[in-house]
Amino acid sequence: MAIALVLVLVVVGSVLFHVLSPWWSTPIASNWSYIDNTLVITFWITGTVFTAVVLFMAYCVYRFRHKEGAKADYAPENRKLESWLTIVTAVGVAALLAPGLVVWSHFITVPKDATEVEVVAQQWQWNFRLPGVDGKLGTSNTRLVSADNPLGINPDDPDNKNNIIVIAADLHLPIGKPVNMVMRSIDVLHDFYVPEFRARMDLVPGMVTHFWFTPTRTGTFEVLCAKLCGVGHAFMRGVVKVDTEQDYQAWLQQQQTFAQMTAAAQKTGALEHPAGSTNEVAAKAN
Amino acid sequence: MTDVTPQEAEFIPPAEVAEVELYHPHSWWTKYVFSQDAKVIAIQYASTAMAIGFVALVLSWLMRLKLGFPDTFSFITPDAYYQFMTMHGMIMVIYLLTALFLGGFGNYLIPLMVGARDMVFPYVNMLSYWIYLLAVLVLVGSFFAPGGPTGAGWTLYPPQAITSGTPGGQSWGIILMLISLILFIIGFTMGGLNYVVTVLQGRTRGMTLMRLPLTVWGIFTATVMALLAFPALFVACVMMLFDRLIGSSFFMPAVVDMGTPLDHNGGSPLLWQHLFWFFGHPEVYIVALPAFGIVSDLIATHARKNIFGYRMMVWAIIIIGALSFVVWAHHMYVSGMYPYFGFFFATTTLIIAVPTAIKVYNWVLTLWRGNIHLTLPMLFALAFIVTFVNGGLSGLFLGNVVVDVPLSDTMFVVAHFHMVMGVGPVLVVFGAIYHWYPKITGRMLNETLGRIHFWVTFIGTYLIFFPMHYIGLIGIPRRYPELGDTAFIPPSVYTLNEFITVAALVVGAAQLVFLFNLFWSLRYGKEAGDNPWRATTLEWQTAGTPPPHGNFGKELPVVYRWAYDYSVPGAPEDFIPQNDPRPLTQGGPA
Amino acid sequence: MTAILIFLAAILAIVGWWLSRQRLMSKPWLEAGPVTAFPETEAPDTHPAKIGLGVFIAVVSALFALLIGAYLMRMAYADWQAPPMPRLLWLNTGTLILASFAMQCAVVAAHRGELDNLRLALLTAGLTSIAFLAGQLLAWQDLAAQGYFVTENAAVTFFYLLTAMHGLHVIGGLVALGRTNIRAWQSEGTAGLVLSTELCAAYWHALLVIWLILFAVLMGWASNFIDICHRLLS
Repeated sequence: MAIALVLVLVVVGSVLFHVLSPWWSTPIASNWSYIDNTLVITFWITGTVFTAVVLFMAYCVYRFRHKEGAKADYAPENRKLESWLTIVTAVGVAALLAPGLVVWSHFITVPKDATEVEVVAQQWQWNFRLPGVDGKLGTSNTRLVSADNPLGINPDDPDNKNNIIVIAADLHLPIGKPVNMVMRSIDVLHDFYVPEFRARMDLVPGMVTHFWFTPTRTGTFEVLCAKLCGVGHAFMRGVVKVDTEQDYQAWLQQQQTFAQMTAAAQKTGALEHPAGSTNEVAAKAN
Repeated sequence: MTDVTPQEAEFIPPAEVAEVELYHPHSWWTKYVFSQDAKVIAIQYASTAMAIGFVALVLSWLMRLKLGFPDTFSFITPDAYYQFMTMHGMIMVIYLLTALFLGGFGNYLIPLMVGARDMVFPYVNMLSYWIYLLAVLVLVGSFFAPGGPTGAGWTLYPPQAITSGTPGGQSWGIILMLISLILFIIGFTMGGLNYVVTVLQGRTRGMTLMRLPLTVWGIFTATVMALLAFPALFVACVMMLFDRLIGSSFFMPAVVDMGTPLDHNGGSPLLWQHLFWFFGHPEVYIVALPAFGIVSDLIATHARKNIFGYRMMVWAIIIIGALSFVVWAHHMYVSGMYPYFGFFFATTTLIIAVPTAIKVYNWVLTLWRGNIHLTLPMLFALAFIVTFVNGGLSGLFLGNVVVDVPLSDTMFVVAHFHMVMGVGPVLVVFGAIYHWYPKITGRMLNETLGRIHFWVTFIGTYLIFFPMHYIGLIGIPRRYPELGDTAFIPPSVYTLNEFITVAALVVGAAQLVFLFNLFWSLRYGKEAGDNPWRATTLEWQTAGTPPPHGNFGKELPVVYRWAYDYSVPGAPEDFIPQNDPRPLTQGGPA
Repeated sequence: MTAILIFLAAILAIVGWWLSRQRLMSKPWLEAGPVTAFPETEAPDTHPAKIGLGVFIAVVSALFALLIGAYLMRMAYADWQAPPMPRLLWLNTGTLILASFAMQCAVVAAHRGELDNLRLALLTAGLTSIAFLAGQLLAWQDLAAQGYFVTENAAVTFFYLLTAMHGLHVIGGLVALGRTNIRAWQSEGTAGLVLSTELCAAYWHALLVIWLILFAVLMGWASNFIDICHRLLS
């Protein structure tokens, strides 16, 4: 008997928790409100099914619990009922799937006017590279990674000269412009995850992955690594600042290009070893 | 298909299986240790699985303590946390659930339920257990190896699984893990051959496929799937051992490990993910299908009603089994794989929801107009349905490719799979133990202790995992030992984490009650008799309880009806055993 | 993963065919009483070892289908450089075919009760299989002598891995075949040997088929097929 009551309480409690609890997605900061809409549709459909099934079960347990002399019905099957349930379920599933697939096709179609920004991950920091005035990202190779060239950028590629290099610092993006995040990793798998942007992707050593989004709100957003990448995983944080166009240009002016960076490195002998920051994180992790 | 008209039951001579085919134990060692009796092997499998599962439970407490009270438990370093996490996951999925459902329940129930004297290859069956035990020992050994066990996460993704930034990556941890998995697969294959061939060939006379209890259907289908899916893990493990030990480049591209370039070149981390999930997704159903089967039988027996839509249930098991091999990449939507795969895998994944939903409907419809005895097995079955429906529905979020994008690798995923393949199947395990313990030992488990165990486990686990979905919805990634200073995480989340930790410890304590009950009732439990639940299936019609070696005494039973003749109109009792030849079952709506 | 999906489709076809004979559409609650009307739904009289071996061969095939699937996926990457295949592999293939043929002769001899022929055939099969293994080892040596070591390139590692995996299965079979051989030399008639001879023969045929497919993959003959896979899976 108590079980019937508890089943009802589970449903009521779950629904109340869903409605009243303060925990919900972060306020969105990109164009992917479609994803949120699909999520809400899914909540509605699955919530209805959950409520219906558990309440029906609670009713059955209450109504048909064993009483002295009671006998169960004999009902091996009911084709009509089963067919109807199958059809209704299939329709419900289709209602979930259809919007999902439509939004997915948006997700994987990068707009032509998207600017490329390269993310290069390593244990356990985020580095970035932006194209220079000519809008091109030059070639790179993990084999070229060294203390002077932490991103493994090909020094012989003329496209690389004016690429802007951001080592373990904040990335700035202009508001309202689609960006295509082109991503590689020089050591292990990572995942570039900014909860407010909704969109995200893994970074895989040996290949280049990408995803796109348009920032729609200025502000400072934290980048988390969402693929277990070793002991420093939880501390692998970065920052993306979405700026107005003006602020963005101001920031851009202060950044150093690859050519400047190599020149500076030649002057001082060597750039600060990039593993230095890595060790700090590891020390913190331990 | 034509229906057979009911016939007069005629006398059929009992199936003749020569008793000499059985290996009879001659000493204490061959009877209880190196036994070839499936029932003893089942108990060995189950005890080992539960023992190692208890280790995994303790590991989960340690993780929860770190998550709930990071400052108090600062001595649990990230290294240790990741090692606990990896071992917890791997043990629970493979060494506990797979071994317990197939090696434990499979071994005990298949021969009894199909009316066989034993498994068809008893010697291989015995080897299977000992190799499994060896695999468990190697796994335990990795805790004591220099560098400790691997902390790569149970998915063991390369490159991190074998680089120096991961605990155990460049020491013994990962090597022992891979060896242990390889051993487990070899051992499982030996057992799996037995389970499959016994169902195919060892059935007694009259036991057609459509008369099999759904438990056997579930375990049988899961075993077939496991036999085809485990080779993928085997291949992946062997290839990773090559990469780790001799420096080949199957999965390893050119990488810089902590400033040192490694010699590997050109390998593909995604290749591992494909192989791993080709095993990993069927694995979910390898655990779920036996649970589906067992729960069907628990509900039918304790609601005194035939399972609703038996045929549909059988077809659903087969369809789920087949479909589960073409959904694996839904674990890889944000892995960087070819994005158009997303359409295919999202579609197959959501299609699989339909037969699964039908199973749920049929369980609930079995309750309708039943005669529901709220025994412990029934309570656990009801709790399973709630948990499974909850976890299954949250699967629709993660399977629907675009909804998965913000949720992937967050605590939402952790909550989802714990509901659907952690807590759900474990509740079935408990229900099954309360149901079959009287047959295994001859005594009932203590009812009061059982009810304490049930309520704390059911409500406790729901309180742990339901709110956890919302932590993930905020965007908090999984596999974070502590959340650190992060602006988007509201302070209330830390309080919620403390609450979940406390709930987890309470649920953990309830398992100690269960453990105590298992031992206490062995001695002091109520005498059970041969058929305490008044059930129809053959394991309750044995020559004695616990069943002797050879199961059925002199003559094997002959089966005259399906496994669900409960509350048949016109029958004197509300159940008719499968081996009852009296022809008075008809009268139900045709 | 195309290789494994094709393999699974084949398994599914076999399972589907078998299930279609099991009257899955029947309504078991209407069919109480002895089911004498449908003998094919009862457990078969086949010896369990034969069914067991069949299932085991399916598992082994799944293993190799997955290895081939991994091979095809890995070969899509830029660094792939297949080593030259040792000529010796042709001879080894011939030896294994011979072994399989000898096994078939053994089955025939066992059925006919010709004990001498059976002994001869079993011995031939064992020796040719050992020759096959020795030949594979020589092929490894040949490749290593040309400078293709295990870690040279994933293609080379795959060559060693695939041949080793196949070789291990042959060695496993040789244990069973060795026992059958010993029993054949000790026994007076063939009656007690029919089953184990048949089992060994089936296993040998399966290993031969697997080897032929592996050989085709290693030689690169499947390249057109592989190209299609690349387009599907890259």
